[in-house]
Amino acid sequence: MDLTKEEARKLLKQMYEIRFFEDKIMELLAQNVIDGGSHLYAGEEAVAVGSCAAIEPEDWIASTHRGHGHAIAKGGKINELMAEIFGKATGCCKGKGGSLHLADPSTRNLGATGIVGANIPVAVGAALALKKDKSRNVVLCFFGDGAINQGVFHESMNMAAIWKLPVVFICENNLYGMSGAVSRVTTTNDLYTRSCAYGIPGEAVDGMDVLAVRDSVRRAVERARNGEGPTLIECKTYRYYGHSRSDPRVYRTREEEKEWQAKDPILRFRGKVISDGILTESECDGIQAEAKQEIEDAVRFAMNSPWPKPEEVTQDLFA
Amino acid sequence: MREITYWQALNEALQEEMDRDPNVFLIGEDIGVYGGAYGVTRGLLEKYGPDRVMDTPISESAITGAAIGAAMMGKRPVAEIMYVDFMGQAMDQLCNQAAKIRYMFGGLFKVPMVIRTEGGAGRTLGAHHSQSLEHWFTGVPGLKVVMPSTPADAKGLLKASIRDDNPVVFIEHKMLYKEKGPVPDGEHIVPLGVADIKREGRDVSVITYSRTVLYALQAAEELRQEGIEIEVVDVRTLIPLDIQTIVKSVVKTNHVVIAHEACKTGGFGGEIGMQIIENAFDYLDAPIKRVGAIDVPIPKSPVLEQYVIPTKENIIQAVKEVLA
Repeated sequence: MDLTKEEARKLLKQMYEIRFFEDKIMELLAQNVIDGGSHLYAGEEAVAVGSCAAIEPEDWIASTHRGHGHAIAKGGKINELMAEIFGKATGCCKGKGGSLHLADPSTRNLGATGIVGANIPVAVGAALALKKDKSRNVVLCFFGDGAINQGVFHESMNMAAIWKLPVVFICENNLYGMSGAVSRVTTTNDLYTRSCAYGIPGEAVDGMDVLAVRDSVRRAVERARNGEGPTLIECKTYRYYGHSRSDPRVYRTREEEKEWQAKDPILRFRGKVISDGILTESECDGIQAEAKQEIEDAVRFAMNSPWPKPEEVTQDLFA
Repeated sequence: MREITYWQALNEALQEEMDRDPNVFLIGEDIGVYGGAYGVTRGLLEKYGPDRVMDTPISESAITGAAIGAAMMGKRPVAEIMYVDFMGQAMDQLCNQAAKIRYMFGGLFKVPMVIRTEGGAGRTLGAHHSQSLEHWFTGVPGLKVVMPSTPADAKGLLKASIRDDNPVVFIEHKMLYKEKGPVPDGEHIVPLGVADIKREGRDVSVITYSRTVLYALQAAEELRQEGIEIEVVDVRTLIPLDIQTIVKSVVKTNHVVIAHEACKTGGFGGEIGMQIIENAFDYLDAPIKRVGAIDVPIPKSPVLEQYVIPTKENIIQAVKEVLA
């Protein structure tokens, strides 16, 4: 298997970071320590982490309303991401963005959008700029199953295909757009088949398997770097929490949730690296504890950070 | 000074900026071989090639989004949306993405892009190709809105818009493309946010922009015969608005007519009027009068279309009313 000890540590660590980050956000929301909306990524860790493991630091991503995991997997500073969700001045966007708008050009994250599908043409434009610069870099564009029924999905896929742009479309199919089951809003459960409409390759991958995601995205990135254009990858995954904190999850059963939790991407990867002799049980425990501590530190950092000053409110509207 | 048409002035501005900065490129529907629906980009495909004059599918949202993404990466796209009426298809990208990206991401990104589009009635094209919709954009913080009335302003303002580091909605008027006017040779830039007194006068300030400036100037000629001297203030950029120049004129004339082709209710004239009241109420000798289109979709019939759109006669009537 193509996995070094160093990479195994990194993948496991990032997945733990995302899980603990999201569990912590849920806890803080429940305690009313933070407010506002937060769409949590727990359960989907393998998608962001596997995808970002397939690219280089100089490559870009475009993120979504469920974007905490993307930002962490792309190397965002956890303290700054947490502070941003609190709305503090030390947040990555100075407290003006929040959970739905995490962005960070230093880690080449083009940012998250609160409008479903709206990041797709922006990713296409970024890829267009890369192509114009004859760059070898690519853009990974994340979106959910809900986005594929937006008109702009079609416009963007078509445009990227005709111009053979270096972008990889990564559809996180977690089975529900808010409450709308994929099977109810689309005539197929295999969303990757939409790719045939644009004459580009499409494939489905087990989104609970971080290495399967990594390998699939790697192949697509290779195509993109070679000037062969975009690919649509559908990652079949599941969000453990509801759409948002107020979601009572009446549209799905507790049995279904248990079935997916049995495929947990972290436990699965952890079991595999231990049985393959890449990491020991105690090394994994150490990674887990480190990740947990980072999240605790980030909460402390955010709590102790200052609020933005009122005079900052009109700053950064125009360049 | 040499005289060229409005479309030629725009075409020159595009060429000069493309020559100056390799990051400038054009993207839009039928802007290549066809040269744009109103011919503004004619000859540019031949000169700059398909990588810098990019014909697109009919996808206004993706055109706008692609311009945004490219701008975030350091390019300076000039996107053409064929009719301002089609902006409905691109409003999310323009208003939720382009306008907000810099602010909501804490100033981390710049979005230096221009959306060139055109609006206005006069060609009996009916309700989907004739509107004046600038007020759709003026209420969205983060966008600049530019509406030139003359060839010289068209050239100078487009060059300034391309060099601006922010999203600019640049709205041309379809009935102005063939209008001729003097345009200075060489580098000619008109900064955004500076209104222009197109004609000086002592009696009434007519605050206007785009094609309606021409009607105001015609009205001025006629009113002069009757001894009434109006001052024609061409706003030129709605956002940022040069309220100082407007107020200065109001302080001089003490009478105000605001005229535009957009519908009166909700049109940008209401905003200008309110800013005048906030800044110069004590200088007004009469209530402000607004001249705008009748609040209906633009009808096809040439007779009805002309009736809906304010022209010279409406301005003359309004001027006489504020002086009465």
